Amino acid sequence: MRVPLSWLAEYVDLAPGTTTENVHAALVSVGLEEEDVHTFDVTGPVVVGEVLEFVEEPQKNGKTIRWCQVRVAPDGETAADGGPSVHGIVCGADNFYVGDKVVVTLPGAVLPGPFPIAARKTYGHVSDGMIASTRELGLGDEHDGILRLSTLGVDAEVGTDAIALLGLDDAAVEINVTPDRGYAFSIRGVAREYSHATGAAFRDPATRPELDTPIGDGFPVAFDDRDPIRGQQGVRLFSTRIVRGVDASRPTPPWMVSRLKLAGIRSISLLVDITNYVMLELGQPMHGYDLDKLTGGIVVRRAVPTETIETLDGQTRTLDREDLLITDGSGAIGIGGVMGGALTEMSETTTNVLIEAANFDPVSIARTARRHKLPSEASRRFERGVDPVIATAATARVAELLVSLAGGTADAVAGLVGDPATPEPIELPTGYVSTLIGVDYTDDEIRNSLQEIGASTADADGGLLVTPPTWRPDITDKSDLAEEVARIVGYDRIPSVLPVAPAGRGLTREQRIRRTVADSLAAAGSTEIVAFPFLPAAANDLYGSPVDGPVAAVKVANALDASAPFLRTTLLPGLIEAARRNLSRGLVDLSLFEIGLVFTPEAGVAYGSAELPSGVERPSAEQLAVLNAGIPPQPRHAAVLFLGNTIAKQPGQPVVASGIADALDAVKRIAWATGAEIDVVQGSHKALHPGRTAELRIGGTVIGYAGELLPTVAAEADLPRVVAVAELDLDALIAATAAELQARPIRALPAATQDLSIVVPRTTPAAAVLTAVREGAGDLLEDIRLVDDYRGQGIDAEAKSLTFALRFRADDRTLTAAEASDAKLAGYALAAERFGAVIRD
Amino acid sequence: MSDSPHISEATVNAAVEAALEAIVSAADSSALKQVRTEHTGESSPLAKLNGTLRAVAPDQKAALGKLVGQARGRVNAAFAAREQEILDAENAAQLEAEAVDVTALPSRYRAGARHPLTLLQDRVCDVFTGMGWEIAEGPEVESEWFNFDALNFDADHPARAMQDTFFVDPPESHLVLRTHTSPVQVRSMLDRELPVYVLAPGRVYRTDEFDATHLPVFMQFEGLAVDKGLTMAHLKGTLDHFVKSIFGDEAKIRLRPSYFPFTEPSAELDFWHPTFKHGPRWIEWGGCGMVNPNVLRAAGIDPEVYSGFAFGMGIERGLMLRNDVQDMREMVEGDVRFSQQFGMVV
Repeated sequence: MRVPLSWLAEYVDLAPGTTTENVHAALVSVGLEEEDVHTFDVTGPVVVGEVLEFVEEPQKNGKTIRWCQVRVAPDGETAADGGPSVHGIVCGADNFYVGDKVVVTLPGAVLPGPFPIAARKTYGHVSDGMIASTRELGLGDEHDGILRLSTLGVDAEVGTDAIALLGLDDAAVEINVTPDRGYAFSIRGVAREYSHATGAAFRDPATRPELDTPIGDGFPVAFDDRDPIRGQQGVRLFSTRIVRGVDASRPTPPWMVSRLKLAGIRSISLLVDITNYVMLELGQPMHGYDLDKLTGGIVVRRAVPTETIETLDGQTRTLDREDLLITDGSGAIGIGGVMGGALTEMSETTTNVLIEAANFDPVSIARTARRHKLPSEASRRFERGVDPVIATAATARVAELLVSLAGGTADAVAGLVGDPATPEPIELPTGYVSTLIGVDYTDDEIRNSLQEIGASTADADGGLLVTPPTWRPDITDKSDLAEEVARIVGYDRIPSVLPVAPAGRGLTREQRIRRTVADSLAAAGSTEIVAFPFLPAAANDLYGSPVDGPVAAVKVANALDASAPFLRTTLLPGLIEAARRNLSRGLVDLSLFEIGLVFTPEAGVAYGSAELPSGVERPSAEQLAVLNAGIPPQPRHAAVLFLGNTIAKQPGQPVVASGIADALDAVKRIAWATGAEIDVVQGSHKALHPGRTAELRIGGTVIGYAGELLPTVAAEADLPRVVAVAELDLDALIAATAAELQARPIRALPAATQDLSIVVPRTTPAAAVLTAVREGAGDLLEDIRLVDDYRGQGIDAEAKSLTFALRFRADDRTLTAAEASDAKLAGYALAAERFGAVIRD
Repeated sequence: MSDSPHISEATVNAAVEAALEAIVSAADSSALKQVRTEHTGESSPLAKLNGTLRAVAPDQKAALGKLVGQARGRVNAAFAAREQEILDAENAAQLEAEAVDVTALPSRYRAGARHPLTLLQDRVCDVFTGMGWEIAEGPEVESEWFNFDALNFDADHPARAMQDTFFVDPPESHLVLRTHTSPVQVRSMLDRELPVYVLAPGRVYRTDEFDATHLPVFMQFEGLAVDKGLTMAHLKGTLDHFVKSIFGDEAKIRLRPSYFPFTEPSAELDFWHPTFKHGPRWIEWGGCGMVNPNVLRAAGIDPEVYSGFAFGMGIERGLMLRNDVQDMREMVEGDVRFSQQFGMVV
């Protein structure tokens, strides 16, 4: 809402010198947030001039200019720019005559742009100023010719300051109106709030005695709502007033043009401007019909399917059965509360006007405005609630302006159908406000605050009975009243008191472990990223499953990027995208990780719920179970990506290139941080190198993959050939870990270390051999490590020699070499049994 | 032993002198080893002189024996001394040879980093767990009931349309990408025993422009306390403590009247700090208020018995204000330099 200060000042006292900053500060304190300031950005000298004479001079470029002598100050006086009283000015327009009063911007003036005016040589003359058009002044869009003051119905002495004359010295504050404060979409509402903030006197523009109008037999209006929405009649009230004999060709006065302009509304024609002006002033959307274009009386009803209407914006709209229509004998003439129809609109030939001020059900209007994507000035106000008792005053105000500005005659009586809904009184128990806010308000403070906002209060048993003002349909509960008291007295009265929560248990185990995982990965040299979770289907299909075929994913109905409407089922595309961005910025050795939710619906399952429980009470356990069953699975994953070098080339340090080993290291680090043991087995994944893919399992369940991207996949992603990645289900990993570790005693007796080299087929996984040796060696084996994988001379071409370092220890004696050897050979024996391993000398 | 030397003080002294001279001139441990063999070994002059003692007349045996014994003692002592000298010199030489330029050593680790958003989120959580609050979490794809209906957003209220919601396809599923972490508050009220003091951090989604000050996906943290006798003063006290914990004791807060469907009264939270980039001033950082009685009712809590307060702020904005990040897009681009400038601390 934009509020011109001159308009605000009509209804609330503004102290002399009040600036837009002052007004913003006052309004913020009562909850109307500052958005912007709007001005015309015109500074003087800009004066009224009279064209004394001009000579038309055709130019080589085909244009004809007029070399004009313009009087800009009374004869014998100095002009506002210090120059002579008559200025020579070159003008390109030809829509004026000798004797016309015009607006002259003299040297030193600045027009919006900023466009400074100076005397300048042009077309063989020194043009000492400029004759302005409405567009140059920021007043309108008219630029076909210069502004002739007579077209605005204005006459003023030569030399008069045109900035003040045209209202160009006014300024507007723009405020953000929260959805509960429909009344703040009016000068009336903002003036009242300004009065709350400053204590300045408020004069209600809706209760001026001049607007009192007797109700009589007005224009025939009937309601016929057979399908109320949520039990509410679509139209509640319909006030009409007829004004006859208006002159629609008269200009809109400049003060109205400038106020509308500052309020963000373009001047269209006097009749339309007046209805818009009254809407802004009172917050009551208005509509004017050309009375002579109406056929019979008005009926307000719901649309029938396939019915259409051409609205004022020239669009033909197909209506829905929930849309509320204003109709006459010819059919639909307006979408109630949203936009009028073209058929009966006021035009330059209109002489008799029917003014409408209605009150509609907010829900019906909100739905229609959304359905037709037609958020109009009217619908915005009706959705939030319009004061139901000012309709007749509003029609009277329009009539008043039509009479004074358009020369019409108003019918003596207004029409009124329907009853204004009156607010329900609210019980406000003594002490409630102070208990909720934490301030000891006096009874007077509470009563005065409520009366100040326009509520009426009455003493009742145990407290007050408060009837909210008609313009505040948002006030329905005692907590709303508490806010009003707190707001009017001031939030700065609220003290700061730290509440004492019951003893808490800190982070949960999952939360603690997740942090350790992130810290461990970062400590190991990986950099955490946070990626957007929106992906194209192809990215989920490629990375989200090890096997071919589409991957089920959650689709966003209104995606910002139509090419990426799915939620991620995997973190890898985000890491790959980040890697590509880093590479393009010259960062070539990368280790990235992300921990975040992925969204993994099961294929073929319809998630969600067609019906939602009401929000007015706790749903039943069954209803909650249904809601929760409809939420798709959203496990938390951890993923890493490596490319380039893990260790850079340095003095005495050869380069170590990144590869699958780094990805598996990261997996082990994650496992270590969680306290879980992950089994790594040879695996396959369609996006990964067939020979360099590890399947990550926990207790036989696959929880992820590690490996190097298939080179073609890496190339497709504009990445180098070797890109190592790993991704696993962190939730599953944490769930599989023991809550508390059972410690083993640390044995201090001497250890015996031995190596074991055994030859196995190359296809045998080393981890499987290691497991066999460990199992075979029994309890004496304390530690076993693979230290070499030798292939080549002395070994069969299909075989490899694996060397393990074994450390034995007993907990009750010093082991002999023979005991250690026996245990080692027992380990070898099991490996031989399982894999045909042969010991190597 | 026909050429057995004649044993006398002179011959013993001569052997000792020769040995001492050889010891002193041995330059390293291998030369010293050679000297040791030559001057104390079985065929050394001293050993040979010692061997002649057997043939010495008994009356001279004690004196000559003492003479030879002392001679061998002197030589051995000289050896030990020289051996230590050489060892020290060799150790020193080795240490000198092993010297490196400590400014040019290779690094086998690289610097990683946490993301400052998740770090700041962790810090925020720590402030609240320190007050006894617990950290609550919930799904990001959420039912509209938890995201709107339970929070007093009427289906037709303009506030619902103003939330810039991402809807899940098909819309009849009534699933949305949560627009705030408030659904976690609802879940907390439904699932937990009263009183409830929880902080709900996490990612939220709005169909906002992607520019320097807006992200369609961002991080929020929302607090909820429901207990007997909670007032707006408790809300203010909690926010006061929180802001001072994160921004320092000079930070101040201010509440301004506002509107949210789920709180009544509602307020905007402004905070003030002396070191803001463009001078000390009030900056808006979030919304808060007393839990609307309708929200308590939707969770089956009697608003006549319990009251509550709630607040919500954006982590991204917090990071911008606190660490002077100029452009929110840097937070989600994944450029490693952004996270690495923070390292492990925010």
